Amino acid sequence: MRYLPKSPQDRIDMLAAIGEVTPGVSSIDDLFATIPAEYQFKRDLAIPRQHGESEIVDAFKTFAAGNATGYTSFLGAGVYRHYKPVLIDTVVSRGEFLTSYTPYQPEIAQGTLQAMFEFQTMICELTGMEIANASMYDGSTGAAEAIMMAVRVTGRNAAVLARTVHPEYREVIHTYAQHQAIPTAEVPFDRETGRVDLASLDASITPDTACVLIQSPNFFGTIEDVAAIAEIAHAKGALLIVSIAEAVSLGVVRPPAEADIVSLEAQSFGVALSFGGPYCGVIACKEKFLRQMPGRLVGETKDASGKRGFVLTLSTREQHIRREKATSNICTNQALVALMVTVFLTVYGKEGLRELGEHNLAKANFASRSFTADGGARQLFTTAPFFNEFVLDLPESAEDINTALLKEKIIGGLPLRKWYPELGPNASLWCATELTTRAQIDATTHALSTVAVPAGAAR
Amino acid sequence: MSDKFIGTPKKATTHTNQNEDLIFEKSSPGKKAYRMPALDVPAVNAQEILGDVARKDLGIMPELSEIELVRHFTRMSTWNYAIDLGMYPLGSCTMKYNGRINELVARFEGIAEAHPYQPESLSQGVLSIMSTLSDALIEITGMDAITLQPAAGAHGEFTGILLVRAYHESKGNPRKKIIIPDSAHGTNPATAAVCGYQVANLKSNPQGMVDVTELEKMVDEDTAALMLTNPSTIGVFESEIHRIADILHAKGALLYMDGANMNALVGKTRPGDFGVDVMHLNLHKTFSTPHGGGGPGSGPVACKAILEPFLPTPILAKKGDGTLTLDYNRPQTVGRVRMFYGNFGMFVRALAYILANGPDGLRQTTEDAVLNANYLRAKLSDTFDLPYKTPSLHEVVFSDKLQARNGVKTGDMGKRMIDYGFHAYTTSFPLIVPGAMMIEPTESESREELDLLVDALKQIAQEAAENPDLVKTAPHTTRLQRLDETGAARKPILRWKAPVASTPLTPDTAAKEW
Repeated sequence: MRYLPKSPQDRIDMLAAIGEVTPGVSSIDDLFATIPAEYQFKRDLAIPRQHGESEIVDAFKTFAAGNATGYTSFLGAGVYRHYKPVLIDTVVSRGEFLTSYTPYQPEIAQGTLQAMFEFQTMICELTGMEIANASMYDGSTGAAEAIMMAVRVTGRNAAVLARTVHPEYREVIHTYAQHQAIPTAEVPFDRETGRVDLASLDASITPDTACVLIQSPNFFGTIEDVAAIAEIAHAKGALLIVSIAEAVSLGVVRPPAEADIVSLEAQSFGVALSFGGPYCGVIACKEKFLRQMPGRLVGETKDASGKRGFVLTLSTREQHIRREKATSNICTNQALVALMVTVFLTVYGKEGLRELGEHNLAKANFASRSFTADGGARQLFTTAPFFNEFVLDLPESAEDINTALLKEKIIGGLPLRKWYPELGPNASLWCATELTTRAQIDATTHALSTVAVPAGAAR
Repeated sequence: MSDKFIGTPKKATTHTNQNEDLIFEKSSPGKKAYRMPALDVPAVNAQEILGDVARKDLGIMPELSEIELVRHFTRMSTWNYAIDLGMYPLGSCTMKYNGRINELVARFEGIAEAHPYQPESLSQGVLSIMSTLSDALIEITGMDAITLQPAAGAHGEFTGILLVRAYHESKGNPRKKIIIPDSAHGTNPATAAVCGYQVANLKSNPQGMVDVTELEKMVDEDTAALMLTNPSTIGVFESEIHRIADILHAKGALLYMDGANMNALVGKTRPGDFGVDVMHLNLHKTFSTPHGGGGPGSGPVACKAILEPFLPTPILAKKGDGTLTLDYNRPQTVGRVRMFYGNFGMFVRALAYILANGPDGLRQTTEDAVLNANYLRAKLSDTFDLPYKTPSLHEVVFSDKLQARNGVKTGDMGKRMIDYGFHAYTTSFPLIVPGAMMIEPTESESREELDLLVDALKQIAQEAAENPDLVKTAPHTTRLQRLDETGAARKPILRWKAPVASTPLTPDTAAKEW
């Protein structure tokens, strides 16, 4: 086996060395003698046989060929296709980053630690928060952890969630909340703007409400009025948590500085779609909530000779010290993905993030105009600003139109009926990023105009 | 470096590495490391179309050129220790070699660019990866069903205990407590608490194993489960595992196995055969997905058929026509624990590892891991105190008892290993061993590397006897000396601020600030 660095003679010699100290050990089986005989597994595992490296390549080429390639896609909905600068792979492919452990020995982990400190700093700048942790699993679990954090901070036990938060985030939150005895209430959206309905929000906050969780841009792509929502939440003593699923929006959209906690999914910053993960959650917040923050934190300090260095810090919040009293059970985070994000953010930097955001705005604007002007679709929620996603009300069922578009090698928007039946069967969520070309938009507009008008006649 | 050592370290020598400021300190306005493609649609003015939700500026975000970025991250990388540089004997963490083919195949376009909501008919390849990996993990564990959704080991624990809870609730009573041995990882009690359970602490017996008599007294109708790490955190197989399972099952309680140490068992025994009801796996430990400086991980949860109805939604299923599908119609599910389907990229790497090994390779891997640990145990047992003499599998836990007489603690010797070209072993865990030195070599170390470690540890023990201060002030050869961790926690600086904002605070404001 090519990963095992031993000759047959090494194994014989090492067993002999063990036998000298431990009488009775003369074979490998003797080392496993503590496993009761009836549970010793004597046959070969029924799994694929040992493959040569070229065979592994072939096997995964076959797997890869079983998926959509060469399609134009307008899918977003919590995971976004952006260009990934080559430098990201250059950096994360270095074994010193890829194959190092959690930096518990800071003297030989300064590379990882300094990068995490830079990550935390940039997340603070982007979100308008004062502190950020070194990552969470993803945006959905991060949002759930943010709610539990708000419960600890306020001493209140209920949460109010906007219906415009990603439906799968809300499902995850429900899974976490039910065993923490955290009741959740849902706030509907305004049918004109697609934003949180402020009157309903105000009515749903009670003296038990620890926090209000919104997403912005929300699941429909619409940018919420964070300041107005914060005012309503704060007036009743509740914290405001803003979840951000499309991080690239932060290049042009005002940071949610009025929030108390921001839960960000940073996948958009250079992380592959990879069928849903690994991605990179992160929690940022006001400094006064530091002691209730879950997850790892990197802090600046000095070494014995006074030189600047970085360490994991405030671990008394964490499970390996506090055990059942910890702020969370999280241990492993998404460090390497956070490094990818850090490289992405430094490549684009101050000017590039703005320019990237503007390209996304331009493409989404052009696409929505084309689809509505010439593709027979109607755009919903046009009275509020949107970033790179928008909801279309199509002339026929979104599923049927997608089926027709697939024949043109186009993957249309995500049908919303499953989660938002109130929008009817024809609504779907479309996304255009800087990678969407005008030619793709034009071809899709043309395809929409032929498959969808007049209703039912195209097939 | 001769004055810094009694002997001469065989593995390490000092070398120059370069200084590198924080990215923000190197930034200058107007530098760029990117170039956007030509915009093929009309440009928009963000301020105009976003109005009052438009962003005004991006503050301290960096501005540098590409070569500066390459050097920035490359220089920082040289400050890290890594498996690619040498042995990482961190007990419990399983720092094994990460095959590079895994990285290549995870980047194939059809895999890396698969959108989680793309049509199922265009996702059969990625679903097949999940299905093939699931089948292999079920066979390896001897369980009946699996979910790949949990994002890491602790997240797997959370999922597993939710299954336990849902199972008991389906019988009419969720029960109140989870029993956890005092040798357990900290995630176990933290998980029980997150799932709404009380933690009942089970003291280990004098051999460091589950005290079966004590367990029998503790288990009652309020007990939901025992969370057991097997082999335990001292590397010992719980020989009475079936009695443990019987005691639990007799009272309707379940046996949860923390699979952190599954790399000691693969191909040699199966948890499903010895009475485990539910367990998690750490793909970043046993199945070689890279640790990456602390993640991403992946924590699949395997269970017996009685728990299958409660698995997180969706689950993978096969349709009548043989194609794969995601089944969301699961009325008894505990719900979702993560959006989408889990850390899919880690599934790809774990499956590539399993293919590279096959059944013979996986068995040999386990045998070599156990051989390596026992070799170190044999070679070092005259140098360090071995608190538990029970035969161990994949790791060995010594204590600093002999060296502590000279004031040299486990943490000091761990730091000193750095000077000898190694990462430290795990210090001060498990908690049942005062001054623990927990060593897990994994199968990835050659005999030569193991002998270098033995030499280094013996020299360090000699230094502890002859010149304890040399060890207590280690490391001496790193770019930074010991870091002030207490100071870091007392006055946390968690982000860089532009110099004007980071003017030292007066003590009075500092108190308010922190």
